[in-house]
Amino acid sequence: MQINDLTIRAATVNGSGSQSANLVLANAIFRLGIPVAPKNVFPSNIEGLPTWFDVRVSPQGYQCRSSSIDMLIALNPATWHADVLDVKSGGAILYEETFAVTGATKRDDVTYYPVPFAKLAKENVADAALRKYLTNMIYVGALAQLLGISEEAIEAALRAQFRRKLKAVDTNMDAVRLGANYARENLPKNDPYALEAMAGNNDGLILMEGNSAAALGCVMAGCTVAAWYPITPSSSLCESFIAYCDRYRVDAETGERKVAVLQAEDELAAIGMVFGATWAGARAMTSTSGPGLSLMAEFAGLGYYAELPGVIFDVQRAGPSTGLPTRTMQGDVAFAYTLSHGDTKHIVLLPSTPIEAYEFASQAFDLADRFQTPVFVLSDLDLGMNLWMTKPLPYPEQGFDRGKVLSAKELEAAGSWGRYRDVDSDGIAYRTLPGTEHANAGFFTRGSGHDETARYSEDPNVYRNNLDRLSRKFDTARSAVPKPIAEETGNACGLIAYGTTHHAIVEAREQLREAGVETDYLRIRALPLTADVLAFIERHERVYVVEQNRDGQLYGILRTELPASAIEKMRSIRHYNGVPIDASAIFEPLLKSERTELVPA
Amino acid sequence: MTSGAPPANVNSAGLTRDVYKGLPSTLCAGCGHNSITNHLIKALYEYGVEPHKLAKMSGIGCSSKTPAYFVERAHGFNGVHGRMPSLATGAKIANRELMVLGISGDGDTASIGLGQYCHMIRRNVDCTYIIEDNGCYGLTKGQFSATADRGSVLKKGQVNELETIDVCGLAIELGATFVARSFSGDGKQLIPLLQAAFSHRGTAVLDIISPCVTFNDHEGSTKSYAYVKEHHAILHTPDYIVGGREITVDYEPGTVTEVQFDDGSRILLRKLEVEYDPANRIGALTVLNQAREKGELVTGLLYVDTQARDLCEREKLPKKPLAQLAEDDLRISRDDWKSLMESFS
Ligand SMILES: Cc1ncc(C[n+]2csc(CCOP(=O)(O)OP(=O)(O)O)c2C)c(N)n1
Ligand code: SF4
Ligand SMILES: [Mg+2]
Repeated sequence: MQINDLTIRAATVNGSGSQSANLVLANAIFRLGIPVAPKNVFPSNIEGLPTWFDVRVSPQGYQCRSSSIDMLIALNPATWHADVLDVKSGGAILYEETFAVTGATKRDDVTYYPVPFAKLAKENVADAALRKYLTNMIYVGALAQLLGISEEAIEAALRAQFRRKLKAVDTNMDAVRLGANYARENLPKNDPYALEAMAGNNDGLILMEGNSAAALGCVMAGCTVAAWYPITPSSSLCESFIAYCDRYRVDAETGERKVAVLQAEDELAAIGMVFGATWAGARAMTSTSGPGLSLMAEFAGLGYYAELPGVIFDVQRAGPSTGLPTRTMQGDVAFAYTLSHGDTKHIVLLPSTPIEAYEFASQAFDLADRFQTPVFVLSDLDLGMNLWMTKPLPYPEQGFDRGKVLSAKELEAAGSWGRYRDVDSDGIAYRTLPGTEHANAGFFTRGSGHDETARYSEDPNVYRNNLDRLSRKFDTARSAVPKPIAEETGNACGLIAYGTTHHAIVEAREQLREAGVETDYLRIRALPLTADVLAFIERHERVYVVEQNRDGQLYGILRTELPASAIEKMRSIRHYNGVPIDASAIFEPLLKSERTELVPA
Repeated sequence: MTSGAPPANVNSAGLTRDVYKGLPSTLCAGCGHNSITNHLIKALYEYGVEPHKLAKMSGIGCSSKTPAYFVERAHGFNGVHGRMPSLATGAKIANRELMVLGISGDGDTASIGLGQYCHMIRRNVDCTYIIEDNGCYGLTKGQFSATADRGSVLKKGQVNELETIDVCGLAIELGATFVARSFSGDGKQLIPLLQAAFSHRGTAVLDIISPCVTFNDHEGSTKSYAYVKEHHAILHTPDYIVGGREITVDYEPGTVTEVQFDDGSRILLRKLEVEYDPANRIGALTVLNQAREKGELVTGLLYVDTQARDLCEREKLPKKPLAQLAEDDLRISRDDWKSLMESFS
């Protein structure tokens, strides 16, 4: 028997309502104390295209995707053929019995469980509108029976799902039982998989999407203005923000809202509204994905040069261009880092988990205010839109850091001031907000050349000094951004990764260890690079930089910024097919490379 | 100084006119934009704007440089080309106590910035939005802009064959709540219109024909001083009356249309040859279309609706500016947080 260690794939048609069935399945397993990692691979379409939902179950709690499919639920005739071939040898297939099992789909190394889903639904669900949807619950029931998921666990998951419409629970449970009964009576168990409740693993954990976590980070950071233009996979970030604000920022008596969320006409307007708002003293954010980020380029340079705070979430998807809008990629790292023309450079935060999506979101507002500059938070579709097991998000223990803002009183005490004067030698000057009641408060913000008092200037020295100060400011930021996290035991071989690639690294390192290759690991969490990165590389003989894009974007940044001695040691491992990276995409190339490296010349 | 009445050379904010001046203009001598700046200084002074509450916003262009040339003490923001409306929107929403004054050009508004212009109007952002309209791109040396009239000729002889975008007609079409057209050389008309725009709650659009003496003031141009002089059709003579102040001039009954704003101030529109009702959208559009046919420049308060809700109202923002809210106002309470986290399992 293979207990609590398998990947279940539901292959369905999108728009058929399978998403909630799959979430119930994942949640029910999670409730048994068994670690899960759900991954939704969906099309850029509203109805009728293939969609897959993988629920990975592992006793170790791996959160990355697995490319080895143990159990398939096949409900999509269009992908039936390919889906069957994806199942690993020894696996099982639960399928609509009218699908033909012939030729290549007739395998002798897997178990077939035919179920008359359509017929069962037709005979038992009177409401034709509900029929298609409840078919999905029938497969949840059948699978639960085959794997040993208790009815109670399913019901509890359903209750959590339908928190606000408990009536639906009964209807759904009827369909679940229908599937379970059918399986009990007609499908003799003939596969090695079973699920057994586990103790201690999931205690105190919750399931959360990165976009919800980031939205909560914005709420707790005191973001009062959000401007956005809908785009997958970032929409749910702003939509969650709206939902939380509806719940927590509205005065019950007066209906007054301590937030303004504007759906802008495009991303240029969205980021413009953000900078208008931060200039006037509010905390503001926008969230977008690649195409929107491209549109924001001109304003990003204004933010950098005129020194305006602002938080930009880029939930990355597969580019270039429209690319694969519903697939994942770490494809915007290099672009975001220097977004806009001229010598523009930005602070970029790289969260890996929901907790980091939450904490970095909050921290982004502090950094933006402290450094008076746009801060980009780069997550991706995998983190943003999939559910992750996580500890509950911690309540913030610190107040906002609003940075160097002079009040009327402070202006009075200061005597003279210059908006762009580096008083503290850290590159960060003092600003004032419109509305500050003091004769000296006003200044002119502009994207054109300016001197220390914010007046227009084309003087070569003034221009250069200002650019140098901005560099100084960026250097100051190096020690303020989240530091990398190292796991080191003195090995010769090191790995560097960031963002969601982390989760595949965790599993790959385990596999490598079993294959006799011990590795150290540094997870980078922000740009600009901190000194720890070079130090880590220097301590190793070979360092593999692993990321989810074709061109090795972080690898490129490291090569540009680090000395030749470090560059010589670096290799690049890249994954870029739109689905989240799995451990084998790291294990295989790395093992091969290490074996060649280690063969004596 | 004796106590009692404020000195004669200060306004209601207790400030002298000099406070409303800015840095010396770097625009060409004779540029219409400079006249508008001077009229603005007078209008802002008389209106008694408190400089610290004024937010001067602009895009890019000769026109967009002008916020540096008035009320130097106030905060200014010279943004990127065509995108000032989004900055103005953000600033207003962050601090609703600010008086947002946007200065744009015809290229900045009707060419590169047409989208943001339209959406600012649709949102009815509370601001004054001035277009210093010379029918060309001054700063890039005189190319046609989208407000150039069909048949208008450039200095080197190129003829504009494209239909003009009438920023006033478009604004009315889009539901603008205050739309006026004026001329940089007509301070008597412009100053009361500006002050009415300051008083209006919502987007107040003022398209001010403002000749570019360097690139678009020649024979054949429809935005030259000479052309305006020849083809100017004035709808009415406006007077702006500060809130609560008595009307001291006598008007013959039936000759005046009065519009009252939220702050109690009024604009009185004295009738000239034709009847004109600025509350009539369709009438306004008809007048604009007729003027286009005749090649006339019709000026005055084209349309006004003082009842519409502005963006801050629609968003139900509190009186206290969003920018001033702190941790306690904005964070979820510890108790709510705990149950929220529990709801995720
Ligand atoms: C994105 C971008 N494209 C082009 C320019 C160059 N540019 C600067 S001002 C201007 C036209 C300004 O015309 P208008 O708004 O009518 O102002 P005017 O100078 O006529 O007052 C152009 C095209 C720019 N600054 N930014
Ligand atoms: S180029 Fe034209 S618009 Fe620009 S300052 Fe000179 S006259 Fe004015
Ligand atoms: Mg122009």
